[in-house]
Amino acid sequence: MSEVVHNGYKSGSNLERVLVAGHFAVTGELGPPKNHDANVIRRKAELLKGCVDAVNITDNQTAIVRMSSIAAGVILIQEGMDPVIQMTCRDRNRLGMQSDLLGAAALGIKNVLCLTGDHQSFGNHPTAKNVHDLDSIQLVRMVKDMRDDDRFQCGEEIPGGGPRFFIGAAANPFGDPFEFRPYRLAKKVAAGADFIQTQLIYDIPRFREFMKRVVDMGLHEKVFILAGVGPLKSVGMAKYMRDQVPGMIVADEYIERMEAAVKHIDKTDKKARAEAWQQEGIRICIEQIQQIREIEGVAGIHMMAIEWEEAIRPIVEGAGLLPRPAIQ
Amino acid sequence: MIVGEQKPLAEIKQMLAGFHKVLLVGCGTCVTVCMAGGEKEVGILASALRMSTRLDGNAIECDEVTVQRQCEWEYIDPLGSRLANYDVVLSLACGIGVQTLVQRFPNVWVVPGLNTTFLGMPPEQGVWEERCQACGDCILDKTGGICPIARCSKQLLNGPCGGSQKGVCEVNPQTPCAWQLIYDRMSAMGRLEQLLEIQPPKNWSAARHGGPRRIIRDDLRLPEDYRTA
Ligand code: SF4
Ligand code: SF4
Repeated sequence: MSEVVHNGYKSGSNLERVLVAGHFAVTGELGPPKNHDANVIRRKAELLKGCVDAVNITDNQTAIVRMSSIAAGVILIQEGMDPVIQMTCRDRNRLGMQSDLLGAAALGIKNVLCLTGDHQSFGNHPTAKNVHDLDSIQLVRMVKDMRDDDRFQCGEEIPGGGPRFFIGAAANPFGDPFEFRPYRLAKKVAAGADFIQTQLIYDIPRFREFMKRVVDMGLHEKVFILAGVGPLKSVGMAKYMRDQVPGMIVADEYIERMEAAVKHIDKTDKKARAEAWQQEGIRICIEQIQQIREIEGVAGIHMMAIEWEEAIRPIVEGAGLLPRPAIQ
Repeated sequence: MIVGEQKPLAEIKQMLAGFHKVLLVGCGTCVTVCMAGGEKEVGILASALRMSTRLDGNAIECDEVTVQRQCEWEYIDPLGSRLANYDVVLSLACGIGVQTLVQRFPNVWVVPGLNTTFLGMPPEQGVWEERCQACGDCILDKTGGICPIARCSKQLLNGPCGGSQKGVCEVNPQTPCAWQLIYDRMSAMGRLEQLLEIQPPKNWSAARHGGPRRIIRDDLRLPEDYRTA
């Protein structure tokens, strides 16, 4: 509520505090289960605890029905962690989203990541009707207007003041048209994004080029940019991401390294191959983080290791990012 | 134009099951041009129905007629006297034609022979593409004459989404990414800076979301006594 003092913070979330204090931030990602088992969230939270400053909770990721990101976020708060709830424009109109934002704030959630959302045709309800009442940029603006002007999207005043979120948005440096990507990021910043999490990066030169333009435009001074990274798990996964995931580029170098990792292992020894791949995937990821840290304008990393949350600790540790700062 | 596609024969036969005498009514406008429900298609479908129902052992008698425009009273009124001879009408017009018949001839059972698909045009012979969703508040001036409501899978007003790659939409590699098209056009026209403006949330009340729509032009309306329903 607006009478509360915010100490200059927008939401005062742990993520915001870490970034404002100038630390190189680490966020992780947690995919809720396809059922209502709260223990799945607690188990995964355990793997992330102490390794990350905040945890993104996906919102029906890849258009597959899962536990709601807000509900899962509340479980994370109970575990003493700082959730970033993802909110897509696919499943809710502006009424549903604002009502959920009020609810999320009431339950103590302080970060929201505004997304367009994967198309329902990719998921498990391909015959569903999608919403897309707003797009992600309009959603960012709506959350900002609720926070900074205490107004609903319709312009009506929110009695007692609006919910205060640290507002995130996504950026894909690898989507086309490439030249427009920094400008679309600028639109998100202008709409009110406080932080950006990028798509998974498997093409560092192209990301560097993107960041150079972003820095030339001065955007890195207006928004915290967290670079998306994640460990490859096998050659198959690397190729799948390269060929099947829309808007993704995977440099051949990584595919070759993953191939080389199992070159001397017998094809029938599946266990040894999987282990070799995992080790190489983790090694590549650590190297990537080190390269990304050198790039001007990057304020942190966003680790995506969905269904392989065990990899996060070794990576964050290997990259020299432990312990995470504790800020009061 | 309104673009439609004929329903599968099996589905049409299901709708006609139990009837003995059917009148197929084509339309001479949009669906003739998109070759789904004009005189020619009515003829072909009628033959197919005759043959197929005969083989099934319960032949349906099929008569054919095509009116110039099935969505206007004046073109369908002349059908009135004939309809009593049939126990069902199979309309090969768009959904508007079907409903015009139903409203005009409330005692007649009318079923649709087409799936009315979209508002579009044929970029090449034999291919039709969607171009407009009749959103009621045209924004083509803001997007270089390329409609993201009809042509972007997520109807983004501030696109493109992260899935746009190599000019195609993430949802279907056969579909060009509308926002890549918009970007290319704005860039060719020297108007890229227009795309930097944030488009505010759309007023969907002008679209179907505001409920069924109606336009009334008092300048064109007849005096009350002369109006026809
Ligand atoms: S903006 Fe609306 S009216 Fe204009 S072409 Fe697109 S859907 Fe049709
Ligand atoms: S790829 Fe292009 S057309 Fe497809 S949803 Fe994204 S912006 Fe829209």
